[in-house]
Amino acid sequence: MWVAAVLLPPPALAGQVTVAVASNFMLPMQEVVAAFERDTGHEVTLVSGSTGALYAQIRNGAPFDVLLAADAARPQALVDAGLVAASDRKTYAIGKLAFWTRDAGLSLTDASIIDLQGQSQRLAIANPKLAPYGHAAVEVLERLGVYDTLRRQLVMGQNVNQSYQFVRTGNARFGFVAASLVYRDGALERGSAWLVPDTWHTPVRQDAVLLRGANGAPRAMFEYLGAASTAAVLQRFGYGVP
Amino acid sequence: MLGANDLAALWLTARLALVTTACLLVIGIPIAWWLAHTGSRWRAPIAALVAMPLVLPPTVIGFYLLLWLGPDGLVGGLTTAAGWGTLPFTFAGLVVASVIYSLPFVVQPIENAFRAMGRAPLETAATLGAGPWDRFFTVALPLSMPGVVTAAVLGFAHTVGEFGVVLMIGGNIPGVTQVASVRVYEQVESLDYLGAHALSLTLVGFSFLALLALYLLQGARGASAFAREG
Repeated sequence: MWVAAVLLPPPALAGQVTVAVASNFMLPMQEVVAAFERDTGHEVTLVSGSTGALYAQIRNGAPFDVLLAADAARPQALVDAGLVAASDRKTYAIGKLAFWTRDAGLSLTDASIIDLQGQSQRLAIANPKLAPYGHAAVEVLERLGVYDTLRRQLVMGQNVNQSYQFVRTGNARFGFVAASLVYRDGALERGSAWLVPDTWHTPVRQDAVLLRGANGAPRAMFEYLGAASTAAVLQRFGYGVP
Repeated sequence: MLGANDLAALWLTARLALVTTACLLVIGIPIAWWLAHTGSRWRAPIAALVAMPLVLPPTVIGFYLLLWLGPDGLVGGLTTAAGWGTLPFTFAGLVVASVIYSLPFVVQPIENAFRAMGRAPLETAATLGAGPWDRFFTVALPLSMPGVVTAAVLGFAHTVGEFGVVLMIGGNIPGVTQVASVRVYEQVESLDYLGAHALSLTLVGFSFLALLALYLLQGARGASAFAREG
């Protein structure tokens, strides 16, 4: 049967889309893409990497049609560089921040963060220069007035996934991670967590852009990011819907 | 051009490479000696183990180090029990990682030098009444010095060029674990290409000079040996 599938020409309307996606959104994106392919018959190739690396590749001619970044800064930089029309940029997901440990059964609150002062325990955050989640974590620490005292206990991951990895392996007892890394279907997968209120930090906007104003299948993919089925995936994976 | 954090990263990198090279020579010379002279059936497995960092991706080494040195790991459990805490995110942790990562670059040139020397000089020294330690320090080591110098330069340079392992277990703490290569990565990721250029060009210059010194040294030795023979 697959021989027939190979020999037969593809349906006239099927198009190819190459989507570059920030690693932290790879899992949910695979589900979004599966639904998109089912609904439209288009074929999607997913490329994952860090937002900075994908951005640099795009600036140097990488053949991507759509970029799903982990922040809003790099998509804005592509607009500023004239590679993307301002109307072809939109927020596809809002990240939620969680204060997390792998130790189960703790009831964490903002007071647990204040209590970390003067203890030997390390606190993992994503690098605030690179990752919006890291920037948000610093804002939370500053709001609690403990950033300066906790500074020496901080260890930084290059991105929020690495912050999670430090806590998951026990090398740091606590960390600020993306809620999407520890929640599934609204329930905590392991350990204990405190969900930081959205109003405590700048919203972690994850923006997408359609590159080169490509129409057809790439534009369909870009538009699909706002579909109801995509919103359902976002909620299951612990993201806020824009 | 180079800011305070860049200089801190370069200084840290230099300290890390120096300490690592010293540790590597202390550990590497006995291993190289054993590998060069043993007839044990353990020779091949040990040689393979020493050479593995040449083949393994740094991400694999970094991943396992994070687990082994962490509180659940064998080494992490021991260091915690000894009251030292765990090694990731510390300078000592980077030294341990760098020693493992650069070991083959130090062991192999020294082992080759020991082999090239052969047994004759040692046997001559023995007939003249030199004890084993005397033979090693006054005959074997001086005769193998070019190999040792090559090993030291390669171990130092390879540690400077280390990235993946440090990225996995370092925690990117300025002045403690943020080495030059990790800082360049951070600058590129945050689109600070100008800063990345300054530090990158410094590293390009350093690596060229280090290797140039190595080849000039080898060339000089080769030429003088040739002149003596002539």
